[in-house]
Amino acid sequence: MSRAPRASGYFRSDYREDLALVGTRLERNALGAALAVLLLFPSGASVFQLDLACQFFLAAIGALSLMLLTGYCGQISLGHAGLLAAGAYTAGVLSKEIGAPAWMTLPAATAVGALLGLLFGLPSLRLRGLYLAVSTLALHFVVVYLGSEYETRRGFSTGIVIDPPKFFGHALTHPVAWYFVLLVAAAATLLICLNLLRGRTGRAWGAIRTHETVAAALGVNVARYKLTAFVISSAITALAGALAAYYRGFVSGEAFSLFLSIQYVAMIIIGGMGSLAGALLGAGFVTMFPYAIEAGLAALPGAQRYAGLLFAVNYAAFGVVMIAFLMFEPAGLIGLWRRAQSYFLLWPFKQRPVGGGG
Amino acid sequence: MQLYVNIVVLASIYALIACGYVLIYRVSRVLNLAHGELMMLGAYLLLATASLFAGNPALALAAALVLSLTVGALVYVLLMRRMTGEIVLAAVLATVALGIFLRGLVVLVWSAQQQYPAPALGFVNAALALPGGARISVAAAALVIATALVYGGLFAFLQFGRWGVRLRAAGQNPLLAAQRGINLHAVYALAWALSTFTGALAGMLIALDSGLDATMTVIGLKAFPAALVGGLDSLVGALAGALIIAAAEVLLIQHVDPLLSDVVPFLVLILMLAWRPWGLFGTREELDRV
Repeated sequence: MSRAPRASGYFRSDYREDLALVGTRLERNALGAALAVLLLFPSGASVFQLDLACQFFLAAIGALSLMLLTGYCGQISLGHAGLLAAGAYTAGVLSKEIGAPAWMTLPAATAVGALLGLLFGLPSLRLRGLYLAVSTLALHFVVVYLGSEYETRRGFSTGIVIDPPKFFGHALTHPVAWYFVLLVAAAATLLICLNLLRGRTGRAWGAIRTHETVAAALGVNVARYKLTAFVISSAITALAGALAAYYRGFVSGEAFSLFLSIQYVAMIIIGGMGSLAGALLGAGFVTMFPYAIEAGLAALPGAQRYAGLLFAVNYAAFGVVMIAFLMFEPAGLIGLWRRAQSYFLLWPFKQRPVGGGG
Repeated sequence: MQLYVNIVVLASIYALIACGYVLIYRVSRVLNLAHGELMMLGAYLLLATASLFAGNPALALAAALVLSLTVGALVYVLLMRRMTGEIVLAAVLATVALGIFLRGLVVLVWSAQQQYPAPALGFVNAALALPGGARISVAAAALVIATALVYGGLFAFLQFGRWGVRLRAAGQNPLLAAQRGINLHAVYALAWALSTFTGALAGMLIALDSGLDATMTVIGLKAFPAALVGGLDSLVGALAGALIIAAAEVLLIQHVDPLLSDVVPFLVLILMLAWRPWGLFGTREELDRV
């Protein structure tokens, strides 16, 4: 993942510096500050804020993995909720049927996700664009059907209840503990994505996204790297699904509707295609959105009257926001940020700086 | 016998909805994933006009149909026109977003409860006896007839109508069509209007038959495999696809598992994508264009 040169100039002199994740002192300091904030956050946060942060981490893992697939490799998937469901059901079924502990179910969910990724990815060898999106959509319905079929057959018609995971004899129930577990999971996902993208795999994906035929001519094994993208993305997604199942303590087919898939697609659109930071921003935006709507409605006069309509307002507003981003800022939040950056780079003097920033 | 009647009724539902997907895809290569929601909106519009023109069901139906034509054209003018030139994914996602918006809007305006437009129109959904001991409700019979009429009308219109020829031309090659003086925006708006019209007609008749709530969008989505199995750019294909999907669904529900209902169309879709992604009657070159 080569990065754009800074406004101050391009001072890297060998490949190692170019590949370094943290290059400059500013980046080091920013990373340190972010880590400090993330580590200190639980000490000052309420239970509600902790829950919000945990939801954000879970969404971020899913959004990052979808960003790998769609934003970097260019393979459209509308079946993300199906993969989350697969992970959640794997964890649920294993812990229900054979009482498997979390250290078994989580890798199992990841393996199931990888296998399903192979299955979801096979159509991509033949289909492109819309047809691929449609095939992933169809697979989503199949996975969710299999899950609910299991629920009905076994008599868990209202959903499967999962006990909290146990590590070294301690049940993971405390919100702060969950916060750190999910923080580590999300940070690990981010690191995996960064590492994949700055290596051979990421470059191959970029080539495939830009032009498949040219990528093949450059010696990229298109089929293999497409499948790799699907497998890695699905494995991470299924793991996120399993973690979410443990976090909520509950698995139900109802939760994995088509709307969930769309929410994940919305995350990467609203965040900004082709940017990991965009995936994080989008995940934050979509996670906070319903709470923002709720708070906004509560502030209106006659709040009681709207209480029952909350989910409808939520839907309508979400649609409007998605349309607004597609129409007016297709580059997403990260595009807004970059535009602000380049604006202030030139402000107040409207010349381009030497070194070509922005 | 009843089984065949069920298949034919379900096939006409899918066919009537699927022709909306086909019209828009054929003319503008956009997959309209808001079709189910637009269809539901049409049914709710009938609910609104039914209370407005109480005692005059024909007028209410006509007004609702005209409104849905307008809604379709407006969707193009206000939303989809802005998406020209963007990547296909953006256009499809815009329809997805529109669908989410409409779902929220419908609940805000008409509440989430199950509604029945039939009593407001003074329509009694009696059961007709068919030869062979099968039964069919009046609304379902109307649905079959409406599907036949719509398909007949669409074939004639696309084959002989001045605007129908323009629609086909724009679908074949937009650049050449524009060079020949065809107003592409008008053609696309017409395609959206017609598609919404047929979808809304299906929605209204389904609502008359079995009531109306937000789950109607599921039927809209299940009709999409019918369009794709037949070939996304072929009306004949949509008919054939609807018949295949409906037969598979009715038979599998009957003989295997009722829970399969929601998933059968998508299973058929996956099989079709693996075997012939361009569908039974679709054009093969389509695949490379998307």
